[in-house]
Amino acid sequence: MELELRKIAIRNIEFGSPARIEGDTLIADPDEMRELMLEDSRIKDVSFDIALPGSSTRILPVKDVIEPRAKPDGETFPGTFHEDMQEGGEGITYCLEGCVVTTTGPIVGFQEGLIDMSGPAAEYNVYSKLCHLVMIIEKQDYVDPHEHEEVVRVAGLKLAQHIAELGFLVEDYKSETYTWGNIGENYNAYPDLPKVVYVYNCMSQGLLHDSYFYGRDSKIIVPTMLTPLEIFDGALVSGNCVSPGSKTTTYMHQNNACIMELLKHHGKDFNFVGIVLCPLMTTLKEKFRNRMLTVRQVKMLGADGALISQEGFGNPTTDLMIVCQELERNGIKTVIITNEDAGIDGMSESLPDSVPEANAIVTTGNSNATLMLPAMDKTIGVLKDIERVCGGTVNSIQPDGRLLIEIHGIMGGHNLQGNTLVGAVTI
Amino acid sequence: MKKILFYTNQFFGQIGGEEFAYTEPFVEEGCKGPAVGLQAAIPDGEIVASIVCGDNYFAENIDKCKDFIRAQVEKYQPDLFIAGPAFNAGRFGIACGESCKLVQEELGIPAITGMYEENPAVDMFKANCKIVKTAKSAAGMRQAVPAMAALAGKILRGEKLGLPKDEGYFPMGKRVNVFHEKNGAVRAVEMLVKKLNGEPYETELEISTYEKVEPAAPLKDLKGAKIALCTSGGIVPMGNPDHLTAASAKFWKKYDLHGLNELTPGKFESVHAGYDPVYANENPNRVAPYNVLKEMEKEGEIGEIYPYLITTTGNSTSVADATRFGKEIAEELKAAGVQGVILTST
Repeated sequence: MELELRKIAIRNIEFGSPARIEGDTLIADPDEMRELMLEDSRIKDVSFDIALPGSSTRILPVKDVIEPRAKPDGETFPGTFHEDMQEGGEGITYCLEGCVVTTTGPIVGFQEGLIDMSGPAAEYNVYSKLCHLVMIIEKQDYVDPHEHEEVVRVAGLKLAQHIAELGFLVEDYKSETYTWGNIGENYNAYPDLPKVVYVYNCMSQGLLHDSYFYGRDSKIIVPTMLTPLEIFDGALVSGNCVSPGSKTTTYMHQNNACIMELLKHHGKDFNFVGIVLCPLMTTLKEKFRNRMLTVRQVKMLGADGALISQEGFGNPTTDLMIVCQELERNGIKTVIITNEDAGIDGMSESLPDSVPEANAIVTTGNSNATLMLPAMDKTIGVLKDIERVCGGTVNSIQPDGRLLIEIHGIMGGHNLQGNTLVGAVTI
Repeated sequence: MKKILFYTNQFFGQIGGEEFAYTEPFVEEGCKGPAVGLQAAIPDGEIVASIVCGDNYFAENIDKCKDFIRAQVEKYQPDLFIAGPAFNAGRFGIACGESCKLVQEELGIPAITGMYEENPAVDMFKANCKIVKTAKSAAGMRQAVPAMAALAGKILRGEKLGLPKDEGYFPMGKRVNVFHEKNGAVRAVEMLVKKLNGEPYETELEISTYEKVEPAAPLKDLKGAKIALCTSGGIVPMGNPDHLTAASAKFWKKYDLHGLNELTPGKFESVHAGYDPVYANENPNRVAPYNVLKEMEKEGEIGEIYPYLITTTGNSTSVADATRFGKEIAEELKAAGVQGVILTST
């Protein structure tokens, strides 16, 4: 299996017609995009905006962030648009690097978050460094919450693929080629190096808490093996999941920081032999079943070591801990990534569950810590929704326009694939 | 020149040994005992006065001693308070801890002391002031003085302190956010390589072991029992009148259900951000089954249902807050004569 990513650097977005890429500027045509989006009759209205790094702009409530990617001989986000789907991870994929499609509009649930393009919140995530083509979607009145989520999710993916097709004409790109063998080839590739498997936890707990694998709700799959290449092609997308800080947006899946880092060390420090996707479920029975099936697959791949990334917190911490424990009991050396809820003052215990085997932890910070954000010149979306979303309170909006929020409220503020510089220490 | 107020006991204050442990606190201008050595090592400040107090007197007259220290702080207006070092001395350690806590937390002036790691006062006060690590006994004074002086100097100069292990004090146990140069994935893979190679690595979070809560003994008979319904599922009256948050709740609420036989759909809703609320909003009894409890009460299976809903949002709530809620709720329910609780979570 071989995938060539053709990365086109985008550093600016403007509106204009016809849509095209000029140098590092994406020129997007609002009328054309609007027409495309209104093909879905469940969308009542849609409008577009632009947010650029460094500007005094706030986007809220953000549902998903998606990197435009498209394939000349096939489709990205396979399983999303058609009944017939091809396997992701083969051929050529164009990526508009540095820009994203970001969906907003009236709130679906409490799990949507905030992106500031400048100021202190911009330090916390990678999104603030990207150019956002923002799509504000309003649903038809009859559309219920579950369908609302689907409408917004599919619209974002559709626009991201459509925009990326503009890249087919661009000749100035950076090419990266990735190959992936079958289990036997991978196993035998570096006989002298230890073998490492990545356990890829994904939220699977209902409205705004789901992930979609080839279009299928991850609640109704059991742990399964993946290739890094299909992840690059969007085989796994966000169901606009979880609290904003720990939300693995589709962008984070496409650019999974753990996979990128494991590939860098592959063949040098260890042999990266596989990925097991582990859905994070609601009940203990399902958690125990998924632990058993995940650990079994990691063992079948012959792993000596494992890295587990996380999504969400609270009950998913139990999944993280019990899988780590079982891997260690099987002699598989394991490192986990988690955030912390140590209270506003940082004085509380950090995690709601723990096992003594979790002795190698990377933390993406105390999410209960609060930040005072300056007022922004422009808000795309609805500022008042901060009062209802995770990380905000009815007292978040200050009389002078500033905003007091917990790190939880910042999109990707403690990304649990480790795609953030934030961490925590004990003083 | 910045001013320092110093505290020590009868022994280090050169009054005498155990037989002088009931010495009442007094103050002298300038340096007493270890203050002499400290002064020599702190060029940025002047130890303006030294308080000396017997350890037993302090232990048995804590409030009086605190009043005395408070008065000296008002008189000398120090920029820093230094107590000890107490090494492994238990009573002296507590006196140092109590006085530092008073000065730092109540009076808002930085306070430091020094102790041996097994001194019980370390665990009691490390969250309240900076306690420099010292040897077990006064034989370690020569190492303790420069360590305490170095920390004192940094505080007086207003320098940003490094991590506890670099500065030599016991961690206060407070988690603070920092920005690393490498992202979490890079750090995680580096940690994994070290772990695989059997090389030393440092976890970024030490796992805590929690107190396991033993379930109470079952009630023998529900027919005579008063049962309360509690939920962490974020069920509140429609419109969320008390603004319970979607996550990180800082309080719990008690809502009157007199006259109701269920949590009527449309009159209650979920504000919890940690689960799909659609089904709970359709029928709030799915999360907090008040309807079933009322039926059981009616049929005589349960003696009495406590006519209130106790609710909070259990979502990214810190363990400390959750523990406090539990204690407060238990007190409330015990006072109301409740014998059993159904606690639902989501």
